[in-house]
Amino acid sequence: MLSDLSGWAITAVAVLGVLSVAAGVAVFVVDSMARATFALLASFLAVAGILLALDLVYLAVVTALMMTIEMAIMAVFMIMFMMNPAGLMPMTMVHNAKGSAVTGAGAFVVLVVGIWTIDWPTRDTSRPADSTRQLGEAIMGSHMLVMLVIGIGLFATILAGTVLATARGRYDRFGPRLDSQRPDDPVSGGLRR
Amino acid sequence: MPEQTLAEAWGLAPAVLGVVGLGLVLGLVVAVVDRVVVFGASGAAVEPIRSSARLLVEQRRTTLAADRLLWRIGCVAVPTLALLSLAVVPVAGRTLWSTSADLVWFNAMEALLWAAVWLVGWGPNAVHALTGGYRFLAQGLAYELPLMFALITAGLAAGSLRTTDVVAAQEGLWFVVTMPVAFVIFVASAAAFAFWGPFAAPAAADIAGGVTSELSGVDRLLVEAGRAVFLGASAAMAAALFLGGDSGPWLPGPLWHLLKTLAVVAALVWVGRRMPVLRPDRTVEVGWMVLVPLTLLQALVVAVLVLNGFYA
Repeated sequence: MLSDLSGWAITAVAVLGVLSVAAGVAVFVVDSMARATFALLASFLAVAGILLALDLVYLAVVTALMMTIEMAIMAVFMIMFMMNPAGLMPMTMVHNAKGSAVTGAGAFVVLVVGIWTIDWPTRDTSRPADSTRQLGEAIMGSHMLVMLVIGIGLFATILAGTVLATARGRYDRFGPRLDSQRPDDPVSGGLRR
Repeated sequence: MPEQTLAEAWGLAPAVLGVVGLGLVLGLVVAVVDRVVVFGASGAAVEPIRSSARLLVEQRRTTLAADRLLWRIGCVAVPTLALLSLAVVPVAGRTLWSTSADLVWFNAMEALLWAAVWLVGWGPNAVHALTGGYRFLAQGLAYELPLMFALITAGLAAGSLRTTDVVAAQEGLWFVVTMPVAFVIFVASAAAFAFWGPFAAPAAADIAGGVTSELSGVDRLLVEAGRAVFLGASAAMAAALFLGGDSGPWLPGPLWHLLKTLAVVAALVWVGRRMPVLRPDRTVEVGWMVLVPLTLLQALVVAVLVLNGFYA
């Protein structure tokens, strides 16, 4: 597969790969919430750069887009639910050091063994002219069930997480009999409902 | 690759320089129009240049225990992302670089801005700036999804995410005719992600300038210029996606695109400066309960038209 790529692309993949791992390590070295978040984002952006070097533009751009939005949403959730809301106190991302070291090492071994032992299929057709279209057809065609299941699963997880974390429920908003016309919210929305 | 990109036509360095220069000119135009609308015409063309020069030589203020690294990254990112978003806007019928996912690229640059503005607010370790940063996050929750759907609607009608294809698909009829909702939401979102006009709450006076409150010298210049360039780039993108780009009678194409861009800038500033600043906590519910369904409906109408062969 590597033989298809230009020397420039291989160099970019290597450099960005190292950068991505380094930024990933930085997440657990820095002591500030903001720096950890943006080290993680830098790591993801490096991965997006690798995809770009491999000429998978849509995947690259959508990775950058999704991961950036994810970091922003994470900051919003942190404001909503965390004990250290604005991330103003020094903090560390390392929890359960021994357990996570074992899990990390185990995952690394499994992945490396997998990568080097699997008999990867070689491409027998020529490259598609438009990888974005091909991807879209795969997602909306043969892989639609998988995408739907993953999408609904993620959505249900977000909703469940929010419901579990929030202290206020519908009885707080609409009264014990759920019969009040307007919800009693600390901050009203824009529609005066 | 159906058409040549600007980089292939002019050579990489001249094309990049050209697009950067164009971005700065667009930003200057936005600043001048803004000044004309707010203060009247006297000295409007000179004032943005004069204040830029003043900011360039101004000494930088700093704050106690600032997160200097992230602050600088945020300040540099704002204009950089604005110029990068201009890379997929057609100039003289060509984009600086053309991919099969141009619209997503534009959206990604604007999403990265979301993170960058938060950094500008976080960096100085000051309460007003941080409040402004978090206001921008809340505001983003309101406009992100409607903006995405508005962009996708244009791509849907053209059957391509490439901006030059979207322009080419409007030979017969400008997209604004069949997708007015998407057009208005796109332009409004442009004002929202440049936190300008009615969406300026992240930099509002009630929090002493918010994200911009601790900026000085070059940093302030970078952020303010980035906002203006983003507005100019978005106006050029709106003209390309919804107003037919460079199509028009008599005059040469690039001139038409420029005129349409100027018209969008003028309309945006004229309307935007006549509206009060909206509170982000009030706009989020409107965004999700009104704008998201509206844009989805707009996309549905366009999808039905596509299936009927309306745009073919």
